[in-house]
Amino acid sequence: MIGLAKKLRSIGHHVVDAVWRTGYAARFFFLILLYSGTSFQRFRLTIKELFSSGVMSLIIILVAGMFVGMVLGLQGYETLKRYGSESALGSLVALSLVRELGPVLAALLFASRAGSAMTAEIGLMKATEQISAMEMMAINPIARVVGPRFWAGVISMPLLSALFSAMGVFGGYVVGVVLIGVDQGSFWSQMQAAVDFQHDILNGVIKSVVFGVAVTAIALFEGYDAPPTAEGVSGATTRTVVQSSLAILILDFMLTAFMFQGD
Amino acid sequence: MDRTALDLWVGIFVVAGLAALSVLALKVGNLSSYNTSETYQLQAYFSNIGGLKSQASIKSSGVLIGRVAMISLDPERYEAKVTMNIDKRYHFSKDTFANILTSGLLGEQYIGMIPGGDTELLKAGDEIKKTQSALVMEDLIGKLLYTKADEPKQPIK
Repeated sequence: MIGLAKKLRSIGHHVVDAVWRTGYAARFFFLILLYSGTSFQRFRLTIKELFSSGVMSLIIILVAGMFVGMVLGLQGYETLKRYGSESALGSLVALSLVRELGPVLAALLFASRAGSAMTAEIGLMKATEQISAMEMMAINPIARVVGPRFWAGVISMPLLSALFSAMGVFGGYVVGVVLIGVDQGSFWSQMQAAVDFQHDILNGVIKSVVFGVAVTAIALFEGYDAPPTAEGVSGATTRTVVQSSLAILILDFMLTAFMFQGD
Repeated sequence: MDRTALDLWVGIFVVAGLAALSVLALKVGNLSSYNTSETYQLQAYFSNIGGLKSQASIKSSGVLIGRVAMISLDPERYEAKVTMNIDKRYHFSKDTFANILTSGLLGEQYIGMIPGGDTELLKAGDEIKKTQSALVMEDLIGKLLYTKADEPKQPIK
């Protein structure tokens, strides 16, 4: 009986704790937006973060995009060959990259490459009391530390996803046209006929901006909220990767349902 | 404030990202083939449009001359009303044929225009009277069956 009561109490505790954390996260997100003026007035801070989250993610994004495009080219060719429509390879590669794989995979890579680093950095700053020290010096840590990282993530995400898609199309071209020998003209012309600028490319960009907001907000909140211990920081880093990956996939489903339901 | 190596790298990153975006827009997407030239509208009624969609291309002799602007069902005639945006540079005679055609075996459907011999030209807002609906596979098979049934049977030798 006592065991059951204890269990019930712990469930209730977890639920209340989760709601509490959600509210805290919402307030944190609001504060980031409120104090984001600093990130643009002192743009140097944002540039520094753009370097560490955007530029440092370039290599993994480019290599991953290239190989994803090459795999799409191979697999797409094998499937399309059965129906005798190899010429549609270009539109298959481009549409799946621009609409889905580009934004989603780039965001997943970004979450594990840059998001985890952000969480660990801020968590460690908190554990070593650098954040408290800033508050003591009347420097707002959200404006000085969190805001520039947030905007750097939001700016670099669509750029990274565009690079991913472009590299993917190039990879698909290398495998499809150069290695397998699909006709070059039909590869590009079918692609251009199928991909619409507004409907496909712009929606992909919107997707990646949304993912950028979600990933960086989660990463920064987890870091800021991490218990100031070694264990706490490592747990927060893990939670960042898990939660932002899930958030990306769930948001992707919702955005796709909104954007591409009409056809 | 001095320029630093950091700025250079971030600059390279931003320029590369924007370049990728414009490559996607111009090379992968169809932004480059979007001609901003002026268009005028024509209407046509089809008894069946098959798989025609808005933004489908309109071609004459294989040349892209416009796009389908809107498709709706006319509530009085019970026919599909297709509104087309045609490039201002091209004008068609009154007895032009508008056919719904398919590019390739499984390709997209488009409208093909075959000009007639009338000296009067279609003006903006006019209706193309002579149309041919899309080929629907079931109708085609049905027709084939009927013609086979109508043929005199081979006498048994």
